[in-house]
Amino acid sequence: MTLGAEGAAEVERRARAILELDGVNVSYGGTRAVRDVSMAVEPNTVTALIGASGCGKTTLLRSLNRMHDLTKGARVEGRVLFEGQDIYDRTIDPVAVRRVIGMVFQKPNPFPTMSVYDNVVAGLKLAGRVKRSELDEVVERSLTQAALWDEVEDRLHTPATGLSGGQQQRLCIARSLAVDPAVLLMDEPTSALDPQATARIEELLAELKRYVTIVIVTHNMQQAGRVSDWTAFMHLGELVEQGPTDQIFTRPQQPLTERYISGHFG
Amino acid sequence: MVRTLSRRGGASRRRRTANAAATAMVVLAALAVLTPLVLVLVYLVGQGIGAIDLAFFTQLPAPAGEAGGGVAQAVVGTLELLALAAVIGLVIGIGTGVFVAEYPDHPLVPTVRLLSDALIGIPAIVMGLVAYALLVVPLRHFNGLSGGVSLGLIMIPYVVRATDEVMRLVPGVVREAGFALGLPRWRVILQIVLPSAASGIVTGAMLAMARVAGEAAPLLFTAFGNQYWNFDPLKPVAALPLVIYTYSISPYDSWHRIASAASLVLVAFVFATTLLTRFVFARRAR
Repeated sequence: MTLGAEGAAEVERRARAILELDGVNVSYGGTRAVRDVSMAVEPNTVTALIGASGCGKTTLLRSLNRMHDLTKGARVEGRVLFEGQDIYDRTIDPVAVRRVIGMVFQKPNPFPTMSVYDNVVAGLKLAGRVKRSELDEVVERSLTQAALWDEVEDRLHTPATGLSGGQQQRLCIARSLAVDPAVLLMDEPTSALDPQATARIEELLAELKRYVTIVIVTHNMQQAGRVSDWTAFMHLGELVEQGPTDQIFTRPQQPLTERYISGHFG
Repeated sequence: MVRTLSRRGGASRRRRTANAAATAMVVLAALAVLTPLVLVLVYLVGQGIGAIDLAFFTQLPAPAGEAGGGVAQAVVGTLELLALAAVIGLVIGIGTGVFVAEYPDHPLVPTVRLLSDALIGIPAIVMGLVAYALLVVPLRHFNGLSGGVSLGLIMIPYVVRATDEVMRLVPGVVREAGFALGLPRWRVILQIVLPSAASGIVTGAMLAMARVAGEAAPLLFTAFGNQYWNFDPLKPVAALPLVIYTYSISPYDSWHRIASAASLVLVAFVFATTLLTRFVFARRAR
């Protein structure tokens, strides 16, 4: 294999990567949902996973913080390196992995019995002793980072389920940020929200990059174009093409990518 | 062909007749359920209300044939037995319910669930025998603890089923949210899933309590009953169902009235518990 200019750039990217996937395969009870995916995620960037329904993008995302451990019959092969450590190594504690690699889900899922405040600190409080004054700080910081503080400041102790859908989703983002993760995985975080709430979350992502690395699965190509720095296009479980977002959207190398981008399928 | 929408046609009339007949049948069925319940209540109130006074709740039984006295020791005894039963029934029942709901892949779960459901069908008196063998025979005398254990054993399968069902209603995404925060499984279950299911579990627990509050059979040869105050769970303890049994088969009219009064108190207690649970959780649910 010869290393062209592009190959050299890729080696450099991999050296900087906070998350590196190396030949990742995921199967459910024998059916292969993700095939041999390798890619690098640079710190403090937004990486978008795009592709048609059922292409394996959510499955791939869930393999990045060992959420598949909780699914019966799911099997992950290959290596996922977080800062050089393989998170699937036998010596690794999956609970510790999820502390540094958080996740925001498709539908807002605040803890139904808890207040706004308790939702934000759930990860910290349930994990051990934290001082009350520290919790207050974490709540304000996390909610501010999630652009929700101004809206809930005076109702921190009301039930979280009383918030609107968009607010609940930002609450879930705040809850993930509260445990200070290095990477935040987002699985179509705006698919259950109206356009306004979606716009707020998209604006938020640009801000959040400063604190965390984001990998986002999205159905919405415009969204991928607006929020991400790097885009990976998947089809039938395979990673067809990846590159800087503007390049993927303006000069895709693969005909399949071009057809998807221009709306011919998906 | 003209498509008729008229009510006058034969088909339309037949359909309306069938509908009316079906409605009448389900209303009759509902009435058939309510009638015995209402009759029992009316009878109990008629027979027993006269014997319910302060003395009923504060005094020990008067000697046979003498007027006055109460069954205070049985009212308190029933509460003691229910408390013991709740400790056993709830701890084991909720624990098992959590196990079958939250560890569905564990190889023991199908067997546990099947056996627990089968336990519901086991006659109460058999549970009494179990408690008798475990706690009365070794201690060589009847005691309240064995009574509480027998009632607790009866409660277990009801609590297991209630816990299992309501915990499985908690959406998987709520659990995933907990795991994604880096929480260990036991914390997710204990501090996120259980609280979300709490109202259903409490309702199930209350129904199980109501179910065992009126049991006499398993207590006959365990708690045994007592005419005097006794707060020692290792000695015989009185209970309202035992009072009902003993006093009903006695030859004294005054005792028959006390038996009716005790029945009324028991029914009222079960009713009140059920209504209170509903009320509390109906308010919480809003």
